[in-house]
Amino acid sequence: MSTAEHADPNRRDFLYIATGAAGAVGAALVAWPFIDQMNPDASVRALASIELDIAPIAEGQSITIKWRGNPVFVRHRTQKEIDDAKAVPVSDLPDPDARNANVKEGDPATDVNRVVDGKEKLLVMMGVCTHLGCVPLGQQGDYGGWFCPCHGSHYDTAGRIRKGPAPQNLPVPIYAYISDTKIRIG
Amino acid sequence: MGGHSNYQPKSAAEKWLHERLPIVELVKSSALDFPTPKNLNYWWTFGGILALMLVVQIITGIVLVMHYTPQAELAFNSVEHIMRDVNYGWLLRYMHANGASMFFIAVYIHIFRGMYYGSYKAPREVLWIIGVLIYLVMMATAFMGYVLPWGQMSFWGAKVITNLFSAIPFVGEAVTTWLWGGYAVDNPTLNRFFSLHYLLPFVLAGLVGLHIWALHVPGNNNPTGVSVKSGQDTVPFHPYYTMKDSFAIVVFLIFFGLFLFFSPNYLGHAINYQPADPLVTPAHIVPEWYYLPFYAILRAIPDKLGGVVAMFGSILILFALPWLDTSKVRSGTYRPLYKVFFWFFVLTCIALGYLGSKPPEGAYVWWSRFFTIYYFVHFLVILPLLGLLETPKPLPSSISDDVLAKKKPALPQGQAQPAE
Repeated sequence: MSTAEHADPNRRDFLYIATGAAGAVGAALVAWPFIDQMNPDASVRALASIELDIAPIAEGQSITIKWRGNPVFVRHRTQKEIDDAKAVPVSDLPDPDARNANVKEGDPATDVNRVVDGKEKLLVMMGVCTHLGCVPLGQQGDYGGWFCPCHGSHYDTAGRIRKGPAPQNLPVPIYAYISDTKIRIG
Repeated sequence: MGGHSNYQPKSAAEKWLHERLPIVELVKSSALDFPTPKNLNYWWTFGGILALMLVVQIITGIVLVMHYTPQAELAFNSVEHIMRDVNYGWLLRYMHANGASMFFIAVYIHIFRGMYYGSYKAPREVLWIIGVLIYLVMMATAFMGYVLPWGQMSFWGAKVITNLFSAIPFVGEAVTTWLWGGYAVDNPTLNRFFSLHYLLPFVLAGLVGLHIWALHVPGNNNPTGVSVKSGQDTVPFHPYYTMKDSFAIVVFLIFFGLFLFFSPNYLGHAINYQPADPLVTPAHIVPEWYYLPFYAILRAIPDKLGGVVAMFGSILILFALPWLDTSKVRSGTYRPLYKVFFWFFVLTCIALGYLGSKPPEGAYVWWSRFFTIYYFVHFLVILPLLGLLETPKPLPSSISDDVLAKKKPALPQGQAQPAE
């Protein structure tokens, strides 16, 4: 368009801008379904909750179960492991956040805040290293907790990061006791 | 691309086509008659080798898809089906898997050649930038392709690499969930990687077209780095370089064949012949060899976000290379100091590659840190300063002069020139 003839913004300029703006909004609206289709679909989201019988897990024993495609560690901790975890002041932890979906966000990473209902015997947490997603190995590493073989992160007996490149404690998923021997994860 | 040919359509049919689509003239001017510096050495043949490797990967890939099943429950077995049941399936799969490694060997030589001879400098900056884009798309393609067999290394490689994005502040977790299509690497991830792995080679082909277009505007650089001054400095691409490239391709294919027929799994990892298990991470996970230098940089930094930034930065810094190198002289042949630092840089990349294959502990970590720092110092300190401090050797006045000067000492001493 020629601006020499119409120095002031006129009707035609307005129409050009309005058309362009409507086109851009339309393009963004059309783009969204193409982007959102990559997010978890209904069938993936539907697998969001499982139940587990914890009675067969003896003290000192751990099991790994699959929840939402990821391993979840369920460990019946020994008294020594609980005492070791309790003995660590929160100020010594690289990540002082409890990372427990069942407590208030930002609560300190004390041992009791890593479980629900104060039942510290049973530790339930994601078996996914917070560095780059490998599965840590149980009862290994410098703190007798978990050790990630990929890039060398050490977690303690409460699943809290103590050493290595991982930035956060192993997250505790939402879970609840539906009876004394049964929990529901998710 | 045109303008280098005196193509005259002869027959009536040729004239008819030429008036409607001058494609014969385009091919003739850009692939046959194109004036090419007459002093190109064998390091310049890797462009042609790379074009061939892209074709090899596309053809073998298309036929592999005729037998492969992109479904988490079936993918691993369908690859075994290719290896055991499909006629020549073993050959096609090994060609594709080793072809990827050959592709990277050729691209690394091609990149280092560009670095040594200053092929990224004006007026070839856009050519270089398109080249870096090709390299990035190649890396993404190869990564997704490696996931498809759905073995242990496929799965855990995918998990670790996609988790790199979780380091992005605030949105990292949402981005990784979006990339996976779930809460972990699973069937949706495999499906989309398959789709993109099929798409990206054609994006590569398009980028290669742009790369060649951007090459044909200024023409080839050459070992002297001196621009073409007259027709004396060039020869037509055909037959001179079609023949030279063909010979280099034959030699390269022999090298390819050594791996393909005698050691087809040498560059792979045995653990990838174990089906993916989302509950168990293999003891020592490493990426394919061509990513190892970047993997070493990732692990050298004891901070998640810092490591990821350094790793991506080490590739993205290549985009700025034309402006980081302040020297006006293109070719390393005439840069006595740059030549030395160039080889230090090559050594650094090889050392990082070695360190990337080692477990991240003890001395390996410290050496990784040392070489990571040197990698960035090369680009950010050495290259900008060298251009200012170095005294280059005198440049030949033209490509022809250089070629003739090299010919002279070859004449037998004290012998009379034959009269003409």
